[in-house]
Amino acid sequence: MTRDGARVWGAGLYLGLMLAFLYLPIVVMIVMAFNRSPLYELPFVFDLVWFKALATNDRLLQASFNSLWIALVTAAIATVLGMLAAYAFARYEFRAKRTLQVLLFPPITIPWLIVGTSMLVFFFWTGIGRGLHAILLGHVALALPYVIVVIGARFQAVDASLEEAALTAGASPWQAFTRITLPLLAPGLIAAALFAFAVSFDQFVISYFLAPPGVSTLPVEIYSAIRKGFTPEINAVSALIILLSMGLMLIVARFYKFGGER
Amino acid sequence: MALEAGKARTILALTAPAYLWLALTVFLPLAVMLYFSFLTVTPLGGRVAEFTLTNYTDFFTKRIYWFNAWRSLEMGFYVTALCLLFAYPAAFFLAKWIAGRWREAIFLLIILPFWSNALVRTFSWTMVLREPVGLLFTYPAILIGLVHAYLPYAILTIYVSLQAIDDRLIEAATSLGASPRQTFARVILPLSMPGVLSAVFLIFVPVIGSFMEPRILGGKNAIMLGPIIEGEFVSAFNWPLGSALSFVMLAIVLLALIAGSPLLKRYADLA
Repeated sequence: MTRDGARVWGAGLYLGLMLAFLYLPIVVMIVMAFNRSPLYELPFVFDLVWFKALATNDRLLQASFNSLWIALVTAAIATVLGMLAAYAFARYEFRAKRTLQVLLFPPITIPWLIVGTSMLVFFFWTGIGRGLHAILLGHVALALPYVIVVIGARFQAVDASLEEAALTAGASPWQAFTRITLPLLAPGLIAAALFAFAVSFDQFVISYFLAPPGVSTLPVEIYSAIRKGFTPEINAVSALIILLSMGLMLIVARFYKFGGER
Repeated sequence: MALEAGKARTILALTAPAYLWLALTVFLPLAVMLYFSFLTVTPLGGRVAEFTLTNYTDFFTKRIYWFNAWRSLEMGFYVTALCLLFAYPAAFFLAKWIAGRWREAIFLLIILPFWSNALVRTFSWTMVLREPVGLLFTYPAILIGLVHAYLPYAILTIYVSLQAIDDRLIEAATSLGASPRQTFARVILPLSMPGVLSAVFLIFVPVIGSFMEPRILGGKNAIMLGPIIEGEFVSAFNWPLGSALSFVMLAIVLLALIAGSPLLKRYADLA
């Protein structure tokens, strides 16, 4: 019993160290966002000056607005397109199914650097060009594979015979879908949409290559600020982003069990 | 027959939007980039490009390219190895020794930060590694940042595979007289190999393709293939060369995974 106790304590200590490593930089950065010194000097003096500076930084505000807007539209488009494809995979058997499912892997496994630069080349070559529309095109593509997988997993929990029962009972296919399948599918749809939102909101590499001068999303703006030199305003906006995405993740975790059954 | 045609039309209508989107944004661009990689100049703005293999031969003849590709590969090995080394015990303790609410809370705490912005997390290391620690803009700084970025992936995938191991198998090994070390080497480790393999895949590939982490944490020491490719597209505007280097990078990733897979598979077959 005491040996088991020591074992659990040892395991707890190790996991504590891992968590300390994972959270150390994040905590330091958030603390520095509230520090008055612009050069990150100690001793720590509490001040909201960087958050106030943020409120008047038009470039960062415009970039944040772009990021939010693109993430919302990405979530909407990817969820609808993904739901249609997931429906086909869940309810029909056809020859190309396996191929189509395998085709979902390249967009998420090929390094973003390569996907991003190839979009840049292609969009320039075809005249689609760079800009927010190009960034949106790219973000939806990155979110789609995840969305199809997440919704597909939920479809397995929706019994196809319920839909058939509705059809035999005289419902039109549209009614059967909207009244029976859709409500049962809802948790998967919400998880997928939040997932797509997070993928888009956090996406830097693709946006970086597709943003023309003067147009940017939040990560692109942060990157150029970091490259130009440190500014505590970036800490303030980073602290906000971290809190926002962690909050979002907690909501996703409620709808979608990660790591299987626990 | 009419029913079959109707079914085919339905499937087409359901899958076409998503896959046309992917074709336009991923598959066609990759094809066009492959075409660009064989050209002498970027065929835009009226310039006439000719077919050439120079962009690929340059990779082997110019030290800057193959040497940095080697550095990327090396970084991929180091980051993957360190992540597995740190993640395995964490996943094991979490899956087998810790139970109940504690397990759930720690698990959530581990995966939470990896959903926050990767760029922001990389940036946050500059606060820690600058003076007086004095590691910023060094090779170890890039290593630390990348291990930090990918450690949760490794813990997550290994945890899932350990979680799936039936505890009765472990008990059976013990009651048949296996020592704890034997039980681990002959039962637990082989059965958790799928998780280790997916971690390798999930970490190695993006690390080879990373450019933002080396740029932010490595400064002038960011000599890897990723930042060089980025430079060809963003500042040097030599798109054909950048395209060729991208495909070389893809080939390297594929070859490394193919070369490594028998080794890892043999381990998995020990069971």
